[in-house]
Amino acid sequence: MLIFSLQKLLPGDAATALAGEEGDTAAVAAIRVKYNLDRPVAVQYGIWIGKVLRGDFGDSLRSRIPVADLIASKLPVTVELAIVSMLIALAVGVPAGVLSATRQGRPLDLAANFVALSGLSVPHFWLGIMLILLFAVRLGWLPASGYVPPWDDWRRNLSTILLPSIVLGTGVAGVMMRHARSAMLQTLGADYVRTARAKSVPERLVVMKHALRNALIPVITLGAVEFGRLLSGAVLTEQIFAIPGFGKLLVDGVFNRDYAVVQAVVLVSALCYLLLNLLADILYFVADPRLRGSS
Amino acid sequence: MTVSRILAALLASVLLAAAPASAETVLRIGLNDDPDALDPTISRAYVGRLVFAALCDKLFDVTPDLKIVPQLATSYEWAADNRSVTLRLRPGVKFHDGEPFNADAVRFNIDRHLTMAGSFRKSEIGEIKSVDVVNDLTVRLNLSQPLVPLLAALTDRAGMMISPKAAKELGDRFGTRPVCAGPFKFVERVAQGKIVLQKFADYWDKANVHLDRVEFVPITDSTARLASLRSGDLQMIERVSPTDLAQIRADTRLKVVGVPELGFQVIRLNVANGPKSKTLADVRVRQAIDLAIDRTALVKAVFNDEYIPGNQFVSPSSVYYNKKLPVKPRDVPRARQLLREAGQPNLAFTLILPPERDRQEAAQVIQAMLAEAGITMTLQSQENVTMLEAGKRGDFEAYFTFWSGRPDPDGNIFTHYACKGAQNDSHYCNAEFDALVTKARQVADPAQRKQLYDKATELLLRDVPALHLWHRRVFTGLNARVEGFTPHPDGIIRVKGLRF
Repeated sequence: MLIFSLQKLLPGDAATALAGEEGDTAAVAAIRVKYNLDRPVAVQYGIWIGKVLRGDFGDSLRSRIPVADLIASKLPVTVELAIVSMLIALAVGVPAGVLSATRQGRPLDLAANFVALSGLSVPHFWLGIMLILLFAVRLGWLPASGYVPPWDDWRRNLSTILLPSIVLGTGVAGVMMRHARSAMLQTLGADYVRTARAKSVPERLVVMKHALRNALIPVITLGAVEFGRLLSGAVLTEQIFAIPGFGKLLVDGVFNRDYAVVQAVVLVSALCYLLLNLLADILYFVADPRLRGSS
Repeated sequence: MTVSRILAALLASVLLAAAPASAETVLRIGLNDDPDALDPTISRAYVGRLVFAALCDKLFDVTPDLKIVPQLATSYEWAADNRSVTLRLRPGVKFHDGEPFNADAVRFNIDRHLTMAGSFRKSEIGEIKSVDVVNDLTVRLNLSQPLVPLLAALTDRAGMMISPKAAKELGDRFGTRPVCAGPFKFVERVAQGKIVLQKFADYWDKANVHLDRVEFVPITDSTARLASLRSGDLQMIERVSPTDLAQIRADTRLKVVGVPELGFQVIRLNVANGPKSKTLADVRVRQAIDLAIDRTALVKAVFNDEYIPGNQFVSPSSVYYNKKLPVKPRDVPRARQLLREAGQPNLAFTLILPPERDRQEAAQVIQAMLAEAGITMTLQSQENVTMLEAGKRGDFEAYFTFWSGRPDPDGNIFTHYACKGAQNDSHYCNAEFDALVTKARQVADPAQRKQLYDKATELLLRDVPALHLWHRRVFTGLNARVEGFTPHPDGIIRVKGLRF
């Protein structure tokens, strides 16, 4: 309801946005009548929510494509992009955090910190263009833009998704590394770790089994939040690589005052967030058996 | 096999996959934006016209020098009173669903343009009051009043013919699966991803279609679009930015061609639209602003001289440009004098403009030029729709917009400056001007029309309801392997005739 009302606060409506430079007043008026844009906001909301409850998200006012079809075609793209980015972030961020914590203050720690901060600071836009120039323009190894669904050709799918995933994954990896490092430092200083070391448990086991497992809780929480953020779309990355995902759908929806699209994207993103939080709660139990006992 | 070996094999296969192995000839064109509905009746966005050019044939087309030539209609004949025009249609034409194209189909399409809710074509051909089917391949369009520019409208979306059967079946959602009579038929659309078209085997002019498939890929960022052209992912890109030209020219695998656009870049001044018109209501004030701008320097500074300075509703290359009134040199002392005479020596006003690079940079240069004449112009950025809405309401002193242009001069002037013109947000109203541009709609003789528009231009340059500043060149970037491309001033890429 909040999003619906906020959209209505924007000057202009879908009809004016559609008309653009032409400003054909008769056509604009006809569109307003046809899509109930001339009715009070409360009535418009009632009509929309009534349809949604019957499973009808309506049509995009701009492209006339059913919104449900738009969501169905873009959700898998965004989910895939988010998963691959997350895998890259986990594969880089967590080991880097662990290494950094176990070698605190030493050159490896400083190097890992430097890389993590760079990953966080480098704008996605710049990194994306640089990767395109290197891997697509100069070396010709990977395509510069576009997206091929995995069921059409899984190899081309991976080749199109790799660069954007690296761009998104780099940023998340930086945050992951910082969190994993601080959590590890905390657990490595705990009494049970000292006890384990005193009992001559091999250092590898101390780090991987005793410390890391306990340090994972904040990393899982962060992972869920970051994953949710990736699912709500990564506009710039999608734009640079011409990936038809959620972020661009949402931004174009706002600029075109395409209310049905914006509402549906926000709704689906919110549902994804809820699901991810649930998933994170389940993962806590997997990572930390004590939580099972306490519940 | 170790994990590293598996990963290496996976990476190698991914890298190999980057090179497409298909034997089909596929042309991939980068678009600046994602088109709106692919339905000629309700389509609005300029970018959609590039897709339509491959998908939907029109009754007529225009040549690069703006002559009207046959496409689905083979000839036309005006009645003596210019109140009706008879069109003869091309025989043996089929729509993509196999339905025949004939006079009934033309009547259906015109009726649809005129009656469908939200039609953006109605205002273009609204003077058609009825369509007579003379025989299977002849129609007569009867007009409520003479309207010579009608034929030019039929060279664009108003002249596109869609399959009546498909239109009836799909109704409002026709744009999701368009069925036309163009050289390529619709395969699929991934919104904001791509639009795929396949060669139509039964096309009436198939000897001139040399590609198997065309894909349109919207990439809004110009740097990323150019990178895709350079990497070979795209073979053509539309509306290349002047700042990217050097890179294309330096690359031997690419080429770039440009022609002056049909439209113009313009600052509209509020002459009489609501209370905010008070600041610029005096014609001397508007003339002073006009005189304080050095258009030639502006184009040189902001666009590396790649665009064309302009002061009229058509570019200097148009036959309808009034050559007796070229772009005037800047005259700051005269501007100051006019402001003093108008009692506004310290004129201050606000220019609204969208956050778009070309206009932002140009506005800053203009701001500096005006300051030298004692005029304070404040820049206020507003998102495009918000700005256009403010324009309609009269909630502006000046705003910076553009017009994509039409092949017939009427489309560039009547709607903008006639008293009841739909785009006339300035509310400029001059009876003498109205009489001239209305008369120009009714006479077919180009020489006579030219005289009328020359006179109308004189009035516009005297009254200054708007500042026409420059005309872009429409640059198309293409892979050097692409042959057969002829640029048109409307910027639309005609895919027919292209080959590798």
